[in-house]
Amino acid sequence: MTLATQSRNFPEQVRVARADGNLQQALGRLKFGLTLMRGAAVDRLPEFERLRDEAAAIRDHTLTHLDHYLLRFEQAVTERGGHVHFAVDAESANAIILEICREAGARKVTKGKSMVTEEIELNEHLAAHGIECLETDLGEYIVQLRRERPSHIVAPAIHVLKSQVADAFAEHHGEAPPGGRDEAASLMAEARAVIRRHFLEADVGITGANFAIAETGTTVIVTNEGNGDLTQSLPKVHIAVTGIEKVVPTLEDASTLIRLLSRSATGQEAAVYNTFSTGPRRAEDPDGPEAFHVVLVDNGRSSMLGSEFQEMLRCIRCGACLNHCPVYGQVGGQAYGSVYPGPMGAVLTPSLAGIDAAGHLPNASTFCGACEAVCPVRIPLPKMMRHWREREFESGLAPRTQRLGLGIWRFAARRPRLYRTLAAAGARLLRIAGGRRGYLRRLPLGRGWTAWRDLPAPAGETFHAAWRRRRHER
Amino acid sequence: MGMPPGASGRDQVLASVRRALGRKGEAPEPEAVTARLARPQQNTIPMRAQLQQPELTELFLSMAADAQATVVRLPSRERVPAAVADFCREHGLSAQAVIAPASPLADLDWSTGGVAVETRAVRSGDPVALATAAAGIAETGTLALLSGPENPVTGNFLPDNHLVVLEERDLLGTPEDLWAMLRERGLPLPRTVNWITGPSRSGDIEMTMLMGAHGPIRLHILFVDAGSGA
Ligand code: SF4
Repeated sequence: MTLATQSRNFPEQVRVARADGNLQQALGRLKFGLTLMRGAAVDRLPEFERLRDEAAAIRDHTLTHLDHYLLRFEQAVTERGGHVHFAVDAESANAIILEICREAGARKVTKGKSMVTEEIELNEHLAAHGIECLETDLGEYIVQLRRERPSHIVAPAIHVLKSQVADAFAEHHGEAPPGGRDEAASLMAEARAVIRRHFLEADVGITGANFAIAETGTTVIVTNEGNGDLTQSLPKVHIAVTGIEKVVPTLEDASTLIRLLSRSATGQEAAVYNTFSTGPRRAEDPDGPEAFHVVLVDNGRSSMLGSEFQEMLRCIRCGACLNHCPVYGQVGGQAYGSVYPGPMGAVLTPSLAGIDAAGHLPNASTFCGACEAVCPVRIPLPKMMRHWREREFESGLAPRTQRLGLGIWRFAARRPRLYRTLAAAGARLLRIAGGRRGYLRRLPLGRGWTAWRDLPAPAGETFHAAWRRRRHER
Repeated sequence: MGMPPGASGRDQVLASVRRALGRKGEAPEPEAVTARLARPQQNTIPMRAQLQQPELTELFLSMAADAQATVVRLPSRERVPAAVADFCREHGLSAQAVIAPASPLADLDWSTGGVAVETRAVRSGDPVALATAAAGIAETGTLALLSGPENPVTGNFLPDNHLVVLEERDLLGTPEDLWAMLRERGLPLPRTVNWITGPSRSGDIEMTMLMGAHGPIRLHILFVDAGSGA
């Protein structure tokens, strides 16, 4: 089993998303929230561009020596009394985690935010074996109550309106608390009280890890709510689940990446909680977990190493490429049908789930380049989406009409005289159809465009023709 | 996969990684890896945090305030009990606080401020709990707390109001300074190193940033600073 997706239905899901007024309202907030705040934070740190170069280099270095750094990380965790488990795929990761939970006699598990556990569908797996698995990040909790998938890798409930949160709480918590359910503050207080009880009852706490430090055998979580910390420090057992690519060499390297992560994600100078966990509690410690496990998940990542998609493994999951993507901003995360949406998902999802399952996603781009421009580890996202488009075309997965259209274009393009004649005729025809308004409301074969916006009519003359005329006029 | 049947997940993952990297099999650790781990190097350090006193303190105080922490400057540790009393009064809380039994703060003279102090583990719902920071990081207005008997880790997250004492002499510029300090003391790191920057918050409901998501609703820093003249 690899990454499960509903990405095949992308075109239909886009139509649903575009028609969903609630979603459009919710997405409107992205632009004026996260993107502006990121910009301001970057302006306050003159070294930002240099840090991006260094961050990309740290990741490249680690990936080049990934086998060695994985071994060093494993050794350091073991020396501190923790355990490292390697999982080939989602199935084996789930089996490993279930086994640890069973050994601990766990009935209830709390979870900090972790994209990898979303990727492997851990909650469903534990539930199927009688273990209750509760999301504790407020956004993840809301999404879990609504039986949905997160729609953003940093802000999982970005698509949900306050009134919908109130509905979900009414359904699951029963009667409203004295503060009512009209204000965001009272909703948050209600969730705080409910989830606090779960923290205190949990037998095992599962978190992700933004970084795994080889030097010291330390896992790092970066959060604002403190839920990850309550998750990992109250129960007897702490399991950190993360991808094999999250290893970094040293504490200093992690610190550089952290500088970029919070600024890129939310525009904060620092997240509220950066937590470094090394081994289980010590003999003299009055609290903390008695056992510490790290599950390192491959699930398709190693197949990206050494390929044209290796640079994607630099990703630190900051979400900036989603926040700045015009396509994501129009359709939201759920349309992508993958826990990894937006530009990073358009590259990562086909890598992990297969191009036949996710071929639409690399096509969901205007190639404006905003994603690459903001990516803190300088991942050439548009270039990699292009690689996927090529592979999709080569393997004959592109739709027939598209292949036919490209075939015709190629035929003409190889015959300059024919091409010029056709282009000139087309330009003239569209100019006439555009009439005095100068734009087209409808276009045969072009409904995908004109359903949403008018097409400006061409000038009536091709570039070739205009160029030649100018040269003569000179 | 070309692996012998029954190969462990560990062997399979490492073999796939090696194959993808074009290695023939297990290779000796390259010098680049050994050296990087043996002698950790700093990357670029923001100029902003390369300061001397009193600018370092000023930066810390302004960054902490930007992160919605509140700060009070005290001329000596002896003034901590009175400052805790002030905090409780200001927020309409009954004058009581919890301190870890092994905390150095337990030795202060608590009879003066009128605060009833309990020395025990912090419990969920405790209104006020005290802790000591091992360091302050001026670059971002961050507190660094180390888990252990003096500062049990759950005490940082369970109380509604987290009051943390930071001594001016423990103020550092950057996280890298913290790692250098801890290396000097001798690794291993404590079970948990917490960097805390302001109180707990969430923007998960319609992107409205609100304080007190799961951890403390308020973070109050008691900054002991001989030069404050207060
Ligand atoms: S691809 Fe870059 S911008 Fe997008 S989430 Fe990953 S690190 Fe952030």
